[in-house]
Amino acid sequence: MSNKIHVTTTVNGDEAEFLCDPRETLLDCLRDRLHMTGVKEGCGTGDCGACSVTVDGRLVCSCLMLGAEAEGKEIATVEGMADGDALHPLQEKFIEHAALQCGICTPGILVASEALLKKNPDPTEEELRYWLAGNLCRCTGYDKIIRAVMDAAAEMREAS
Amino acid sequence: MALDGKTSEYKQIGSTPDRPDGLDKVTGRARYGADIHVPGMLHGAVVRSPHAHAKIIKIDATKALALKGVKAVVTRADFPEGLEGEDWNLQENCMAGEKALYDGHAVAAVAATSALIARDAAKLVDVTYEVLPHVTDVDAAMQDGAPIIREGAADYSVPEGMHPNVVRYFDTGRGDLDKGFADADLVVERSYTTEAAHQGYIEPHACMGQMGADGRGEMWVCTQGHWFIRRMSTAVLGIETTNIRVTPSEIGGGFGGKTTITFEPLSLALSRAAGGKPVKMVMSRAEVLRSTGPTASASMDIKMGMTKDGKITAAHGTFRMQGGAFPGAPVDVTTMLAFANYNIEHVHHIGYDVLTNRPKQAAYRAPGAPMAAFAVESTIDEMCRELGLDPINTRLKNAARDGTRSTFGPKFGPIGLVESLEAARDHPNMQAPLGPNQGRGIASGYWMNWGGETSASVAMSEDGTVTVSVGTPDIGGSRASMALMAAEAFGIKYEDVRVNISDTGALGVNEPTHGSRATYASGLATIKAAEECIGKMCQRAADKWGIDVDAVTWEDGAAKPSGPNAGDHDPLTIGEICAEMGETGGPISGHYEGSPTGFSGSFGTHVVDVEVDPETGHTTVLRYLVVQDAGKAIHPAYVEGQFQGGAAQGIGWALNEEYIYGEDGRLQNPIFLDYRIPVASDLPMIDTVIVEVPNPGHPYGVRGVGETGITPPLPALANAIRSATGLRLTGLPMTPPKILAALKAHGDNG
Repeated sequence: MSNKIHVTTTVNGDEAEFLCDPRETLLDCLRDRLHMTGVKEGCGTGDCGACSVTVDGRLVCSCLMLGAEAEGKEIATVEGMADGDALHPLQEKFIEHAALQCGICTPGILVASEALLKKNPDPTEEELRYWLAGNLCRCTGYDKIIRAVMDAAAEMREAS
Repeated sequence: MALDGKTSEYKQIGSTPDRPDGLDKVTGRARYGADIHVPGMLHGAVVRSPHAHAKIIKIDATKALALKGVKAVVTRADFPEGLEGEDWNLQENCMAGEKALYDGHAVAAVAATSALIARDAAKLVDVTYEVLPHVTDVDAAMQDGAPIIREGAADYSVPEGMHPNVVRYFDTGRGDLDKGFADADLVVERSYTTEAAHQGYIEPHACMGQMGADGRGEMWVCTQGHWFIRRMSTAVLGIETTNIRVTPSEIGGGFGGKTTITFEPLSLALSRAAGGKPVKMVMSRAEVLRSTGPTASASMDIKMGMTKDGKITAAHGTFRMQGGAFPGAPVDVTTMLAFANYNIEHVHHIGYDVLTNRPKQAAYRAPGAPMAAFAVESTIDEMCRELGLDPINTRLKNAARDGTRSTFGPKFGPIGLVESLEAARDHPNMQAPLGPNQGRGIASGYWMNWGGETSASVAMSEDGTVTVSVGTPDIGGSRASMALMAAEAFGIKYEDVRVNISDTGALGVNEPTHGSRATYASGLATIKAAEECIGKMCQRAADKWGIDVDAVTWEDGAAKPSGPNAGDHDPLTIGEICAEMGETGGPISGHYEGSPTGFSGSFGTHVVDVEVDPETGHTTVLRYLVVQDAGKAIHPAYVEGQFQGGAAQGIGWALNEEYIYGEDGRLQNPIFLDYRIPVASDLPMIDTVIVEVPNPGHPYGVRGVGETGITPPLPALANAIRSATGLRLTGLPMTPPKILAALKAHGDNG
């Protein structure tokens, strides 16, 4: 256990700490140390986006970052998107538009979409498709995902 | 067509409510294969062959076992001997015996106290190999002198004199080919190839297995079918089937690839070797691509004849397919469905199932159908061009319809190919103007669907709400479909139905969610089980009213007196009957068991517009239309989702996806960066039209819709690229370098 690193970080607004092997990724630590299993592993090489989280507001693949690097950072995952019982508009629209089939890519796509809408509340379809090009979905052909995000964006603009 | 006289009166089915598992899946709560964590759990890792074909001389696990935290190492020596047939194939594929048969073939497995230690230990297992010559290409594997993968693997069907790598042979047909071709004004012969494509589910295989010295235990598996996992896993371990109880996790995609075992029994073997501690195993993406089954690759020769007014007079197809180092390439289905869209009097199919040094193929969405569709629908497109015929009208002229004797034997009942072609013809996409370097492609496709072993239960709760228990994992919204069908049958609200996916301990045997069967077969089972409950509730009402049950009818969630002698009684609602069920005879539940055979196939027609960049050879999909027969769409949004997802997978297979093997027989692209599936920016919106020609074999007219959609895109894209460039590409995938080379060759010649 001597080579373990002690990390103190913030996950979805709550302080969290864990011990990790220097080789463990942030994804490993979130899933195996903190049991935030809403963050998914699809590839481990940064190609599929299923492990998308934000670190200090920046969208990252948590499989490409070491757990030790989370020290002092603010991490946000899908588990923190809803406000109590109130789902985030993106979550609501994903259900309403049938934008998930198996659902394994959904957490990553929700987190990535939220990160986009914070930067750009009114994306074009093309901007959205390029933003989400790093989030693979094998079930839907993306059609309903794009519609759900565009609809959520419109609703969020109206509400703001 | 009226079915049960209620086609136009449905209150629930055909609506699009939120799926019951939606909340769990958008909040991260849903538990998939890798999300399990149990006390005392160990982690497994697999040692895999780096060679395409090699004799295993020695496996030395001394160093691995000496690593702190390592609890067990297993090899083939830990598995029973004497298995036969497909059980032996499965065992040999899970763990190599005398030879490693492909790059990525498991040769040993390790269990340790952490995943990192298990992976470190796997690297310390010392395997001595004697490398053997290998072959990965289907045509090369049939040639004289090709390395023999396994002597004696061929079955009775293979004629003498063929290479031992040919393990199954199919020869079917009817009519008089010579006459058919003599009647043609045009005969076209072409050869085609398709590469292996992987199902590409985003969730890697994952499981947790626990088994004690008594041979009993349990598993948690991401799978399309947990009874299959149970049967196959216990078979390769030589234990009784019932000894293992299998619980399915939520599943992150399968597309056929999770209907079989790959490494799941290793978790049980490791658990037994580690004193019965549970062992969790999760594959890396590279392991998924190297060791789980992609679909077969194919090499095909097509010969078709057509009159100048567009009647197909004869068809001959030869299909050579490799499905890896084991028998099982779906060439039987390929030959069966190759020409099934059409009414052809003279038809002949030849099929070869060939061994190569590649992973054991697994089912992939309409297994076997897309390859043949690519070849046959491309050939028809060529004939239409040469004869100046309209591709949709020509297909309509030859289309199979109700009463047509299919090219594989049986007569079709009511089917929707004509309707799908007509709907495609009339769609606005057909009128969209095309610019320079743009072209339109059209193709049709078919999947015959399946029923399969099905067991389901419906149980009434005390407040009149309903629990439906089915054995088919929910991959794409099937809980919503089951709940809609149950609500329809009972005449209650959708929200009053809860659908559970039961484990192997709770129901009889269920086949997986495969073959486009879940909505059809589990749906039919749900309706039948609900009807049994309704019958029992009518009996309770009849008893209470002191009348004969024949005088009780069920309407809108209540028992009502009916007929001249029923008397005057207030309706008894489902809630009132169930509140009293403890005193009126006990719990009320219904059950269905069977292998329903009233499934009926689904035809579809796709129309795609592309633009090919002459500078780069890159193909952009501009517009895409899927028209397909759903019989009756229970939840139309998820039906559309199946159409769109199938199209996207077909587009990937057509344009980009392929297994690339190096000279050394190793897979060159085992990560998603290099095995590139379509991303959001590759695709346009995918337009859909749901055709509904009810299936008389289902109470509500349902046809499975999952698989057909992957079949037309391969030829539709090829036909569109032909239209855009004048080039007929006969090998998939139609990548930019391939198109660029073809453009250059064309330019040089022209």
